[in-house]
Amino acid sequence: MTQARFQVWRGNSSGGKLVDYSTEISEGMVVLDAIHQIQATQANDLAVRWNCKAGKCGSCSAEINGQPRLMCMTRLNELDLGEPVTVEPMRAFPPVRDLVTDVSWNFRVKKQIKKFKPRPPDAPDGTWRMQQEDVDRVQEYRKCIECFLCQDVCHVLRDHQLHEEFVGPRYLVYTAALEMHPLDTEDRLSELRKAHGIGYCNITKCCTNVCPESIRITDNAIIPLKERVMDDAFDPLVKLIGLMTKKVAGP
Amino acid sequence: MGDYQTHEYDVLVIGAGGAGLRAAIEAAAQGTTVGLVCKSLLGKAHTVMAEGGVAAALANVDDRDNWKVHFTDTLRGGQYLNNWRMAELHAKEAPDRVRELEAWGAMFDRTPDGRILQRNFGGHKYPRLAHVGDRTGLEMIRTLQDHGIHQGIEVHMEVTVTTLLKDGDRIAGAFAYDRERGRFRLFRARAIVLATGGIGRAFRITSNSWEYTGDGQSLAYHAGAALQDMEFVQFHPTGMVWPPSVRGILVTEGVRGEGGVLLNSKGERFMFQDIPENYRAQTADTPEEGWRYTQGDKNARRPPELLTRDHVARCIMREVREGRGSPHGGVFLDIAQIKEKLPKAAEHIKKKLPSMYHQFKQLADIDITTTPMEIGPTTHYVMGGVRVDGDTQMSTVSGLFAAGEVAAGLHGANRLGGNSLSDLLVFGRRAGEYAARFAKDHQPGRINSEEVEAAGREALAPFDRSGGESAYQVQHELQDMMQDLVGIVRVEKEMERAAEGLGALWQRAAKTTVVGNREYNPGWHTALDLKALLTVSEAIVRSALARKESRGGHFRDDFPAKDPAYQTFNCVVEKGLDGGMRLRKEPIPELRPDLKAIVDELK
Repeated sequence: MTQARFQVWRGNSSGGKLVDYSTEISEGMVVLDAIHQIQATQANDLAVRWNCKAGKCGSCSAEINGQPRLMCMTRLNELDLGEPVTVEPMRAFPPVRDLVTDVSWNFRVKKQIKKFKPRPPDAPDGTWRMQQEDVDRVQEYRKCIECFLCQDVCHVLRDHQLHEEFVGPRYLVYTAALEMHPLDTEDRLSELRKAHGIGYCNITKCCTNVCPESIRITDNAIIPLKERVMDDAFDPLVKLIGLMTKKVAGP
Repeated sequence: MGDYQTHEYDVLVIGAGGAGLRAAIEAAAQGTTVGLVCKSLLGKAHTVMAEGGVAAALANVDDRDNWKVHFTDTLRGGQYLNNWRMAELHAKEAPDRVRELEAWGAMFDRTPDGRILQRNFGGHKYPRLAHVGDRTGLEMIRTLQDHGIHQGIEVHMEVTVTTLLKDGDRIAGAFAYDRERGRFRLFRARAIVLATGGIGRAFRITSNSWEYTGDGQSLAYHAGAALQDMEFVQFHPTGMVWPPSVRGILVTEGVRGEGGVLLNSKGERFMFQDIPENYRAQTADTPEEGWRYTQGDKNARRPPELLTRDHVARCIMREVREGRGSPHGGVFLDIAQIKEKLPKAAEHIKKKLPSMYHQFKQLADIDITTTPMEIGPTTHYVMGGVRVDGDTQMSTVSGLFAAGEVAAGLHGANRLGGNSLSDLLVFGRRAGEYAARFAKDHQPGRINSEEVEAAGREALAPFDRSGGESAYQVQHELQDMMQDLVGIVRVEKEMERAAEGLGALWQRAAKTTVVGNREYNPGWHTALDLKALLTVSEAIVRSALARKESRGGHFRDDFPAKDPAYQTFNCVVEKGLDGGMRLRKEPIPELRPDLKAIVDELK
């Protein structure tokens, strides 16, 4: 058994600091195990979110040695234990307590995105037909576990705090899943361009790099959506019709 | 005290996994106002962990399937202790519930002609599980969540209910605290649906998250409702065993459905050596026939790895006990060997079992496309729970409903894989519908302010004490004790020791103290959870002592055989007038003649 040192951010909305802990580690341990061990033996009130402990629920997001990661999927043997391991809450969201942040903004944003609207069923029994390849394409987006690490790392949100103007990578992936769903008939392009601020993304791929589900957020979700938005907004034919209707309706 | 926020709804749903979400959606669709309370963030509930699929006799892959076959499979798997009305409704309604998810945006894997694909699973005669790779639960909870947020349901995230409030014999509301600030909430409701899931945290080795502390069972019990079948806990045969920190994490049955085999340290497929009589006719004679079954050959019978979970778990225990286990106390689950039979086997495995591949690679440094996994049983599910009416899901307390894992009946003595996701859809919807009806037919109950004050005092008590031990300590000891004395193999003496142990743990729990304040304090939350954990543990121990036979998830080393005399009743526990737990044997109503004919025909 060896000891490892940790510096865990303790505090709340009025401030906080890194606190030193040391705990025994064993083979295969992940950061969340160490946090739980510290919680059970040294700091009973250490606040942390977690559920599945297997990378499936996306609850235990944190910044480990400055990197946005899931605590349950970060093995201690891949970290340099010669130095203390720092564990901090996600910085793009307001702190609640210790490692827990207020992520409620994400849930409000999701509600603003128009929901799935399927075409009429394909068969008399009310069912649809879809091909596996269509499913596979959309499943890449639907793999998302809503850990919000992509939101945490996105500089538009983290540095510029444009939460009111930009929905963030998670909700661009969500919109992509809806827009590319083979049965969906809703149109979300105008909101994407305006209220949801897709133009703010300058495709630095930070979100893609931190995604624990390896969703190619930028290449497969954001860029195709940007293309659709551009086609929609700057389609010359649409523009022409727009101009003509304006003329007719004009004073 | 006296300081709390009040909310009022026609229907309050407690728990936001699949059952709770489905109930809330239905209650809202019936035109009632709905509040939904969950302990975690929305979308993180345990449904997200479900891997293999949702069972429904769609007959897309094998047209011999229909509700009657699903019904008899469910009864056979449950060893005939099931509430047969629930098994009937479940088998009949599951296909519609699955198709409805597609209308809400779910995308299941497809057959070549574009319909929903179905896979094999233990105890299901035909390929029956609609799925999305091995993360069907995520697909389901996200579909329900994303649909539900547009139905006018008010969601209260990270709020824990500690007490149900009654007006005479009927339900009137719930008392809760929010995790963020530790403030109290009073929910007034005409009807309440419990959808709080299971009890896995009563055991040391479990696939369940911190939330699974038996809240709903305990809330119902203390409100005067009956619990039934609590002796039946499902130990899933395949949990991870190594490294220690991941012990208990689930390995989907889908691995075996895709052709994975169980091997002992001698390389023997030991499952072939012990096939129960009632499954012999449907089980493959040779490994070759078993393989053909997994590849969709309709003339082949299922390999013994796909026998019911209770049986497979016990066979694994036997191998380990008799010295033929793997290095870390499990056995081997080998999917890599399909490379001898399939071209591009590695790609196939990654495609069919992506999250298993990921999980082993990342947490155990094992590539399952080349190396066998080490696995062993893990506490996974409780068949028992709140006793409900089969049609309406109402408990024995007026206005209190229960759906999903927290309710008992559908699964009897053992649940078939895939029948949980269908359970929560079918009975989540029914509970929502009947709770809404109840709310329309009844005025709100009166809230007794003394009860509210008492609930507040009880919640704050750990702060008022000093010098006691931490709640984690008590929780860990309870988990060790239940694991060691009331686990997969049970005997009278050990369970009696557990019963005594519980008495001591109740006393220690009453003295735990917490450090810090009410703001997001897991030490405090753990202290409050102990009441529920101890209540359900006591129900398990008492029921297990009363069932002097072995059946389904309940195996007694001192009574290793099934006893027909025990097939006629369910163990039911209730709170007695003296406050102690009382057990009675509730006769199972005779199977309706038309259903009996189906069972006889498909035997």
